Amino acid sequence: MPDSQPEDFAADGGHGAVPLDGVPTALGEQPPSGEWPLYEVFVRGKRGLNHVHVGSLHAADDTMAVHHARDVYTRRNEGVSIWVVRADAITASSPDEKDPMFAPAGDKVYRHPTFYDIPDDVPHM
Amino acid sequence: MTVTDPAPDAAAAELQEQFDAVIARHDRVEPRDWMPEKYRATLVRQIAQHAHSEIIGMQPEGNWITRAPSLRRKATLLAKVQDEAGHGLYLYSAAETLGASRGELTEKLISGKQKYSSIFNYPTLSYADVGTIGWLVDGAAICNQVPLCRTSYGPYGRSMIRICKEESFHQRQGYELLMTMMRGTDEQRAMVQESVDRFWWPALMMFGPPDADSPNTAQSMAWGIKRDTNDDLRQKFVDMSVPQAERLGVTLPDPDLRWNAERGAHDFGQPDWDEFMAVVKGGGPCNAERIAHRKRAHDDGAWVREAASAFAAKGA
Repeated sequence: MPDSQPEDFAADGGHGAVPLDGVPTALGEQPPSGEWPLYEVFVRGKRGLNHVHVGSLHAADDTMAVHHARDVYTRRNEGVSIWVVRADAITASSPDEKDPMFAPAGDKVYRHPTFYDIPDDVPHM
Repeated sequence: MTVTDPAPDAAAAELQEQFDAVIARHDRVEPRDWMPEKYRATLVRQIAQHAHSEIIGMQPEGNWITRAPSLRRKATLLAKVQDEAGHGLYLYSAAETLGASRGELTEKLISGKQKYSSIFNYPTLSYADVGTIGWLVDGAAICNQVPLCRTSYGPYGRSMIRICKEESFHQRQGYELLMTMMRGTDEQRAMVQESVDRFWWPALMMFGPPDADSPNTAQSMAWGIKRDTNDDLRQKFVDMSVPQAERLGVTLPDPDLRWNAERGAHDFGQPDWDEFMAVVKGGGPCNAERIAHRKRAHDDGAWVREAASAFAAKGA
């Protein structure tokens, strides 16, 4: 590297080295008006399995979201059924809550079969 | 998003502790978790520029779709270029989980504020380049990308798993194409050699400058975003490529390339880093053309996006 070159580069991104310095990463800029809404995509891999979240995409409406989901997420027979739902329609638990959402399950070990001692010679248990 | 809210001191320390604990046990950070601002910024920059590389990466090969030598090659090339679009979309989707907006990212690509890999600023001069890009460029990308499947940020790692599965097809179709040409005429063999001569050094540049010149690598590795250093990955790529080149029957254009029994690895020459800098700065053969093409596609598609929005509004 020439000494006169202060910039830093990294190949972290997969397809080759890109600059690290002076690349804006700030949030909070208003998205350009007219941006299509964000949809979350769920795909059922095959019959007998649940729909599983695979990613998101933008589409103008629900029908287009399903078509885009097919093109983006199932180019190689990854699914037999697709759900799409607008991201702003999802309600989620927050990992930041002071009184954690999942604490109530923490001290209830008696809900698990391993909590109960059964002698080894009891069959079919 | 709550990720960027400044927390009071005590709470901030606790959040930092939780984050450090997640990283320390090689667990994944997920979108709604608190994360240090620099971690988030590093990821946005990395994922966005990776996404841009996939999107711009459609152009060099897309150039040959209408001139593919057979229907088989054309179907393969179309599928490959469509995959690159898909990879870009997976990655934009991952970047959006960090609060970046799609429109904003596109704007930053078109205005040149965010970059893409300089490998795509080299032209594709013959159909052999389609094969060489698959073999060497996608091969180098796989070396970079496989470790990223274990990156600490969940959505990025999951995108990379999908991408790596598809890249394997990209590399194999390229190598197969080159093998086919090598079984052809002298002229075709010369085309392959000429193409490899042009792409070998830019492929080595894809791993980035030597470790000594990459001060950010240490922080990225500490955060589990990056898993291997530039030099380690470059060495791995060279060691993988040498026997592949031999089998293919081409010469890699590096007079210093030789097996070092002591190290159990190949010694090789350094790429021309001045050329690399010049290309990154916009002086490559195709920089202006690539961005102009992306901007034209975006502008020409504006009426379609507007019409779809209008139609959706009417139906709502």
